[in-house]
Amino acid sequence: MKNLVILGAGTSGTMMANHLRPKLYHNEWNITIVDQYKTHYYQPGFLFLPFDTYTEDQVKKVGKKLIHKKVDYIQKKIEKIIPEENKVELEDETLDYDVLIIATGSKIAPEETEGLVGPLWKKDIFDFYTYEGALALRDKLREWEGGKLVVHITEMPIKCPVAPLEFAFLADSFFRKKGMRDKVDITYVTPLTGAFTKPTCSTALAYLLKDKNIHMESDFSIMEVDNETKEIVDYEDRRIPFDLLVTIPTNMGDEVIERSGLGDDLNFIPTDHNTLQSLAHENIFVIGDATNVPASKAGSVAHFQAETLTDNILLYIDGYPLKKEFDGHANCFIETGNNKALLIDFNYVTEPVHGKFPFAKIGPLNLLKESVFNHWGKLAFRWIYWNMLLKGIPIPFVSRNMSFKGKVFDIKPEIK
Amino acid sequence: MSVKTIAGVEVNVSEEGYLEDMSQWNEEIAKEIAGEIGIELTPKHFEVLNYLREKTAAKEALTIRKVGKSGIVDIKELYKLFPKGPLKFSSKIAGIPKPTSCI
Repeated sequence: MKNLVILGAGTSGTMMANHLRPKLYHNEWNITIVDQYKTHYYQPGFLFLPFDTYTEDQVKKVGKKLIHKKVDYIQKKIEKIIPEENKVELEDETLDYDVLIIATGSKIAPEETEGLVGPLWKKDIFDFYTYEGALALRDKLREWEGGKLVVHITEMPIKCPVAPLEFAFLADSFFRKKGMRDKVDITYVTPLTGAFTKPTCSTALAYLLKDKNIHMESDFSIMEVDNETKEIVDYEDRRIPFDLLVTIPTNMGDEVIERSGLGDDLNFIPTDHNTLQSLAHENIFVIGDATNVPASKAGSVAHFQAETLTDNILLYIDGYPLKKEFDGHANCFIETGNNKALLIDFNYVTEPVHGKFPFAKIGPLNLLKESVFNHWGKLAFRWIYWNMLLKGIPIPFVSRNMSFKGKVFDIKPEIK
Repeated sequence: MSVKTIAGVEVNVSEEGYLEDMSQWNEEIAKEIAGEIGIELTPKHFEVLNYLREKTAAKEALTIRKVGKSGIVDIKELYKLFPKGPLKFSSKIAGIPKPTSCI
């Protein structure tokens, strides 16, 4: 018997287990998946928890129940990967593997920023990239009486790069509905050149911040949080005051990657952009947030990667060359508040464009334009996630590579 | 994309003035782009620029953190060399693509 081991039972790991089990003979291959936690979270839902749009129960399930019954699920901590010996050390046992899939994801590392985990942490400073953080922020927002709200990105890359912007948009709607928008000042702070860094998007979407009266501070690389004066401070001593800071801390790959010496300085694993094979070891494959590929760290990307990686694992096992197929395809709904959303579709090289999706000219979804339909799409996606995506059931008409049908290349970026 | 003459050389640039093909770059081009931004390049600047170009050629994504750990400069020094947006200005001068997010 041969062993295929998957590390991490999040979105990517779960999909890989469910894709591969029916495709590998049971008398030839064992599949084992390891995760130290019991609960599988629907992470896109963390955006909605703080605003009381989703309840706790809507964003979590028992991880094991989402995985094919013929896959061994081990709920233990992973101590170390030893590629030279094809072994993975768990807290009290060692697994041998023939093929390893690393899907250990990324998580926030607030301790990387001085003063972030200080006296104000979880009092006036919150994250919403963890379940606990999103709930703590919800409790704060229920009571908060207004002031300066600062939505802040520490550094790139982050999981779901548009989530902070969505948070700012939803906050605008939330406070309007509560009749207290005039008491809240919203500032969006980014280390990048703007909220929208791709020319097509800054042209098509610049109006959003203006309409919602959200102030922007760009090119801000945080050095520390001043807990005394309640300000975030950058390396040039630019200071932005806050009453409530919602921050996206530095995102890093799992510590096990660092312990195993497999990652870069943020613990992300150097991975072939198109095959998803690890650059250092040919029988190790990497998927989702754990890779260092320059695609968005997002569930939709993991979903498209999973389809390519499934084929590549089967090719690898049979000794065939791998498909250089993955193109960085991402397809994301972006909540813009007031029950509207945008949809963007892009890859490594093509910027988001106008058009209809998934059917050319018909839609029903609109690319790069706000619509109520897109918002319903985002809400419907939660059902699709639990019932189709994780199970490896193909989502009809949505292909792994970006399609150019129905795309309209009509946006002339502004010349600066 | 458009063609622009920088330091006497015709180069392809993006709408925002970033070189489209990093192989068209040379030190004179760097000096001229830096001049437009208001930065006078020193040998230290060139150490950073060469580091950025090496990493880009190796297809590694660049972040301020990464440059800060390069052993060439720390983040404060990087800001001193390229004030008000160290990564975007250094990338522009180094002839590599602009750092972007997904939208």
